[in-house]
Amino acid sequence: MSPLRSDLEIVANWVGRGDRVLDLGCGDGRLLRYLFDRRQATGYGLEIDPDGITQSIANGINVIESDIDEGLSDFDTNAFDQVILTQTLQAVQRPDQLLWEMLRVGRTGIVTFPNFAYYRLRWHLAVKGRMPMSHALSYAWYETPNIHFCTIDDFEALCEQLSIHIIERRVLSHDYKSPRLARWMPNLFGEVALYRICRA
Amino acid sequence: MAAPAEETSVGVIVPQTVHFDEPLALDSGRVLPGYTLAYETYGTLNADASNAILVCHALSGNHHAAGYHRADERKPGWWEACIGPGKPLDTNRFFVVCSNNLGGCHGSTGPTSVDPETGELYGADFPLVTVRDWVRTQARLADHLGVQRWAAVAGGSLGGMQAMQWAIDQPERLRHAVVIAAAPRLSAQNIAFNEVARQAIRSDPDFQQGRYAVTGDRPRTGLMLARMLGHITYLSAAAMGEKFGRERRDTRGGYRYNYDVEFEVESYLRYQGESFVDRFDANTYLLMTRALDYFDPAAATDGDLSVALSGVTAPFFVASFTSDWRFPPAASHEIVRALLDTDKRVSYAEIRANQGHDAFLMPVPRYREVFSTYMQRIAEEVGV
Repeated sequence: MSPLRSDLEIVANWVGRGDRVLDLGCGDGRLLRYLFDRRQATGYGLEIDPDGITQSIANGINVIESDIDEGLSDFDTNAFDQVILTQTLQAVQRPDQLLWEMLRVGRTGIVTFPNFAYYRLRWHLAVKGRMPMSHALSYAWYETPNIHFCTIDDFEALCEQLSIHIIERRVLSHDYKSPRLARWMPNLFGEVALYRICRA
Repeated sequence: MAAPAEETSVGVIVPQTVHFDEPLALDSGRVLPGYTLAYETYGTLNADASNAILVCHALSGNHHAAGYHRADERKPGWWEACIGPGKPLDTNRFFVVCSNNLGGCHGSTGPTSVDPETGELYGADFPLVTVRDWVRTQARLADHLGVQRWAAVAGGSLGGMQAMQWAIDQPERLRHAVVIAAAPRLSAQNIAFNEVARQAIRSDPDFQQGRYAVTGDRPRTGLMLARMLGHITYLSAAAMGEKFGRERRDTRGGYRYNYDVEFEVESYLRYQGESFVDRFDANTYLLMTRALDYFDPAAATDGDLSVALSGVTAPFFVASFTSDWRFPPAASHEIVRALLDTDKRVSYAEIRANQGHDAFLMPVPRYREVFSTYMQRIAEEVGV
């Protein structure tokens, strides 16, 4: 099995041995497969894309075809140790409601998203006057599924508003590396943000 | 459906039968002194008997699930789309078994069989059977075939319900349950359709309280109406519209101003109804619809399906079709949700298809792909 991207590796390291995991927008199921194998985790992936579902099944994980915009009402309160949302927050209808739902069904949440205040994106908009495209944002504006971009500062403000406690934050810059600049000014130099959150 | 390419069909198949002498206590309280099951098999059972798959048929189906009975036969078995070399139930890897349900009319003991106690045909005296009874009979078939544990029990519609019942009643005897276009129980609307079908049969003067074998005048009209009604519920409004629209049988001239066949859809339904009468028994139809009505595993657990499924150990693959209004995605979703409630292993696909309930019989590309992928996993698990 191919190695995980470095951001997923950080996510995987946040998952404890034997944790019960729900992966929202699990894609091809690679992360869950890794967690099943290396962390003896159990749980489910939710996915809406037919090819993702087939690949997830090929990867031997439990995948449920569902639309996370319709909420997580299939799951009981505190059903999971970890609810994971990687690179999908910006594509959901109501990120605020989903974060709330995540922390209803899970003890802790893991959220990763592209930081819209990353300096290269700012450059695109401020100097070129064009909608940003980058490594982490590879869609043109007219075809993007990403409808709710946010910045690191926006996300943290929302967490405060929703009384969500940030347990840990990691910020990666280009190529998912973790250099000093991104630690110094995350909202400017961070391309991807990763958070562990829980109810305050 | 177009005839499949040579290489993807199991070819000519000879049905088999097995008789069980041991009495069978039925849910109804009655006891059958013995019974015969008709079945077909496709593929080869491996040395450790780990590659066997039981396929369960739907309401009007039988054990002829794939291939042909004669080289010149036009119509293959009912699940030809999914059983055969290279298909989801790949006969190069799996040993696929399909039996005619007890109470059927194609070789298994049923209303058209002779009651050994009276020497007469059972007819209307054949006891009502349930999905649980079918599981009991199929467990004996498994013993007969030397299959301790099925790699999977699979089926669509009523067959999917049977797969679910297998997972509940015989958890240690199947590795996986494949439940397609099924439901945890019939809705009031489903039962209502069944009741209209039954009334059509029972109110036919030729029905004669089910003892029509005596006179030989079978309730053809009633059974035909029941089948016509059923067919309407198997198709979506869109599929029917696409297939027939308002196409006229005779495109020359105007309306004929009578009640003969005017529209193509009428012709289709009449044809389906009439051809069904020639191959199906009215008492079996009554019995099968009743088995459907009675199916409700959650009834034994105060209506809580997750409790009913709590002893299940087999992972489930559940699939539904968007345009199926007979057993809609919401019904499959209820099964999935009940499995999630007790942390069971389950995968679920909701397949976009406009064919209605019948989609589970069709070679819908995404359906075949996801079904194949799941079955490949099973093949790897059992090492074939």
